[in-house]
Amino acid sequence: MIDKKDLHYVASLARLKLKEEDEEKVREKFSMVLDYVGMLNELDIEDVEPLINVNGMSNVMREDEIKESMDRETLLANAPEKMYGCIKVSKVIE
Amino acid sequence: MLELHSLTIHEIRDMLRAGQICSKDILDSVYSRIEALDDKIGAYLTLTKEEAYEAAAIIDKKIAEGEKLGDLAGIPMAIKDNISTKGVKTTCASKMLENYVPPFDAHAYEKLKEAGAILIGKTNLDEFAMGSSTENSAFKITRNPWDLERVPGGSSGGSAAAVASDEAYFALGSDTGGSIRQPASLCGVVGFKPTYGAVSRYGLVAFGSSFDQIGPFTKDVEDCAILLNHLYGHDKKDSTSLNVEFGDFTEALNKDIKGMRIGLPEEYFGEGIDPEVKKLVLDGVKVLEGLGAHVEEISLPYSKYALPVYYIAASAEASSNLARYDGVRYGYRAKDYSSLEELYVNSRSEGFGEEVKLRIMLGTYTLSSGYYDAYYNKALKVRRLIKQEFEEAFEKYDVLISPTSPTTAFKIGERTDDQLAMYMSDICTVPINIAGIPAISVPCGLSKGLPVGMQIMSKSLGEASIIKVAHAFEQNTNFTKKKPTL
Amino acid sequence: MNYETIIGLEIHAELSTKTKAFCNCKNEFGGEVNTNCCPVCMGYPGALPVLNKKVVEYAVKAGLALGCEISLYSKTDRKNYFYPDLPKAYQISQYDTPLCKNGKIKIEVDGKEKYIGITRIHIEEDAGKLIHGTESEDYSLVDFNRSGVPLIEIVSEPDIRSPLEARLYLEKLKGILEYLEISDCKMQEGSLRCDANISIRPVGQKEFGTKTEIKNMNSMKALQRALEYEEERHKKVLSEGGTIVQETRRWDEAKGITVSMRTKEQAHDYRYFPEPDLVPIILTEEWIEGIKKDLPELPDEKRKRFVREYGIPDYDASVLTLTKELSDFFETCAKGHKNPKAISNWVMGEVLRIMKEKELELKDLRIKPEFLRKLVDLVDEGVLSSTGAKQVFEEMFKTGEEPESLVDKLGLRQISDEGAIVELVKKVLSENQKSVEDYKNGKTNALGYLVGQCMKASKGKGNPQIINKILKDLLS
Repeated sequence: MIDKKDLHYVASLARLKLKEEDEEKVREKFSMVLDYVGMLNELDIEDVEPLINVNGMSNVMREDEIKESMDRETLLANAPEKMYGCIKVSKVIE
Repeated sequence: MLELHSLTIHEIRDMLRAGQICSKDILDSVYSRIEALDDKIGAYLTLTKEEAYEAAAIIDKKIAEGEKLGDLAGIPMAIKDNISTKGVKTTCASKMLENYVPPFDAHAYEKLKEAGAILIGKTNLDEFAMGSSTENSAFKITRNPWDLERVPGGSSGGSAAAVASDEAYFALGSDTGGSIRQPASLCGVVGFKPTYGAVSRYGLVAFGSSFDQIGPFTKDVEDCAILLNHLYGHDKKDSTSLNVEFGDFTEALNKDIKGMRIGLPEEYFGEGIDPEVKKLVLDGVKVLEGLGAHVEEISLPYSKYALPVYYIAASAEASSNLARYDGVRYGYRAKDYSSLEELYVNSRSEGFGEEVKLRIMLGTYTLSSGYYDAYYNKALKVRRLIKQEFEEAFEKYDVLISPTSPTTAFKIGERTDDQLAMYMSDICTVPINIAGIPAISVPCGLSKGLPVGMQIMSKSLGEASIIKVAHAFEQNTNFTKKKPTL
Repeated sequence: MNYETIIGLEIHAELSTKTKAFCNCKNEFGGEVNTNCCPVCMGYPGALPVLNKKVVEYAVKAGLALGCEISLYSKTDRKNYFYPDLPKAYQISQYDTPLCKNGKIKIEVDGKEKYIGITRIHIEEDAGKLIHGTESEDYSLVDFNRSGVPLIEIVSEPDIRSPLEARLYLEKLKGILEYLEISDCKMQEGSLRCDANISIRPVGQKEFGTKTEIKNMNSMKALQRALEYEEERHKKVLSEGGTIVQETRRWDEAKGITVSMRTKEQAHDYRYFPEPDLVPIILTEEWIEGIKKDLPELPDEKRKRFVREYGIPDYDASVLTLTKELSDFFETCAKGHKNPKAISNWVMGEVLRIMKEKELELKDLRIKPEFLRKLVDLVDEGVLSSTGAKQVFEEMFKTGEEPESLVDKLGLRQISDEGAIVELVKKVLSENQKSVEDYKNGKTNALGYLVGQCMKASKGKGNPQIINKILKDLLS
């Protein structure tokens, strides 16, 4: 069972907040899945190379040629808040 | 005319070419069907009637002027709502993207449009394609046309139900762990998951990038072959897109399957598989045997690890792919927040549904400091073993056959609280995505009035073998012709 | 207690490719906000990256120039974190398979050569830019023009032992990147950025002390000052019995101090994993050899060649080759010229002085190489005195005019006509009999006085060499 602290840590990393009343249910579901995937521990896979590109391709690159960018108005049409041609967000303190 | 909606692509295409009908007639048929049924079925999230009729008018004008027509001219299509359609909302069935209108087209949609197909609407899905029943949609549930009390499967449940109920001639879905094949099976239609990299992922809203593929839902195998011809092909915008010649898949139709080698992996017929499902699939295999195919039982022992690999790796990729929904550039932004941190947390917590949040957290956990090796890296290692095991099997067999789904369609609400039972719905389909190979689901009978699907898999780029076997099966049975009573 | 300082630098250099790293948008500094953007670099759902070939080529060039091993296999990884300028909420970077590793840079400290190890060089994408309003405004704005611009991150070994060494290392590195023409390397514009890790330990101790990371140093001078400040701060804390907190600190240029960045203290857990949208980069020895063959001449080689070809001192050559621009300027001036040393003196002296004073770049200077060549010629031919030449130089800088006409405009042409000078010297000698006698009696410094009088009589225009010669002739 994943403990509360870990669950909170994971939620904060993912920028999610759990409702208090849901927390136990989520913890249970989460733990159930973790237990289930723990099945992999049966296997001796010390010497197996992880598979990271499933269709075995390599070296896909493009030429360094400029193509027209997308029109700003179109690109920002979905923005919840904008100002002076920029996306507006809460003040960022650096 | 009345039954126009029940026809296949190749049938209406021939009628259109012969001048028996025009493009507008086809649209009328499908929209009147949608109007009559979709309140009950709930396949669609958005209809694009106005644009569709405009497109049809252009095609009819071309016909009148004797201009050359695209291969799919005037054929209406439904598209899963996680495939980008420029100017048309693409919501992923999530509150997060409720009002999101993509500024560009997905490559797959673009290709079909170029061939003359007409978008009629966007179909429902489990939010961000995470689920096996389409119950995780933020907007509505979709019902199985064969039994309105049951789910259509998922995540492409809207697309499957639309084709099964003749509310669409064909539809596009996406398949990360079975999201095309499983609903195709539950709704009694043909569903195809291509070799990884065969269809460009550009414009498909990513879930598990190394698993995701776009594929078609059709009423028969011939239609499926026709669509693969259009969907397959290299795309420079997708770095994982295969740059090979695919050939013409319709050449695999009407072929003799005598001497073809078929393997039946015993793990896919064992525990958890409904006996009647198993029987219908094996009956289907007998049909193929009768046509001269050699059938043997084989074992794929690593397959049982496919589901854990999938839930680790796909969730990990999803946690990263879905991080961009932060309320900044597009999508849902919470009303109440007093800092940047709150803007993020509130927008994401309010915008995502429960299953999506669970998988994001799961994926975040398996990638987080100290757990990477125990989970993610381990999953990638086992992924290699599963892939290798398939490769070895395909040295001996042209295709492998299994049930697509362990059961027929389940009741709405039946598995919503049972996480693992829901995940088990994909037990036969997930290994295919792990290995990146292609597979089809074709109807192989009804069990207690509900469709059962047979999954036919091949090695990477072995699509022609799949089409060959599936078409031979279809030609010698009548299962794809069966329709629900609505 | 005596402490030893340990510094390691992380340098980010924006590559000067035409387009961004993963899309075809223009890679340009200072464009109108959000106009060099597309669905890929704005992180739209469903948009996918495709790697720019030049990015790999440029990074490998840097690797080869810095003596690195080039990885035949490397891949990209996602570095996950949330920030408004990071549109996908992950940065495409390289984690465990950097394109280049194990290189080194030679620097000279107090005339002694020293090597600073380079741990790795990897490719990654830049983030967008935040524009902050005034204090009273409660929002920030985001411009994504820079989002997706290619970067190389160059990580040094903790081999640097003083703030001065850090600066020398960065200067040398900057020079090399400029020679390769793969980055603009403008610290002010942010195309070259430097973060530093610094710690101190008692001399003789093996273990490293607790380090702090310093950010926001926007010039070479700032780097050195910030590290000097931080070095002292560490010493002070330790000598007072305190402990150093491992943290990130920001250099405040105006106040000349480093300040803790508390907002960045949230745990970093970047959850790196292989980027599934891109495929591995597999290089061949032949391809790498090809890049190696085409590498331009680098500072150290050029320095040796300058000594050899132009006969200038090694010190001059080291200063002149520090930046590619300066070395090119010198070489254009000196090529085929009789007096390269004089040109070197001008470049190292007046040219560098005026650039520093006016905060100008070489390309903004109106003094063309042929003007400088001519100026040296004029001095060598006796047309211009060395003080006159400096006046002409100033005027060239101001007006951009060529030197010969300026000599006359300023009335600086020297009298070099021997006949005229003989007359003038004779007159001076007759008016200064006392000094003539002093000289003849062995007071050699009287000659200097007489030269001075002759110069005065010529209103400064007499050629001092000729005056000298004639004086000696007439006095002997």
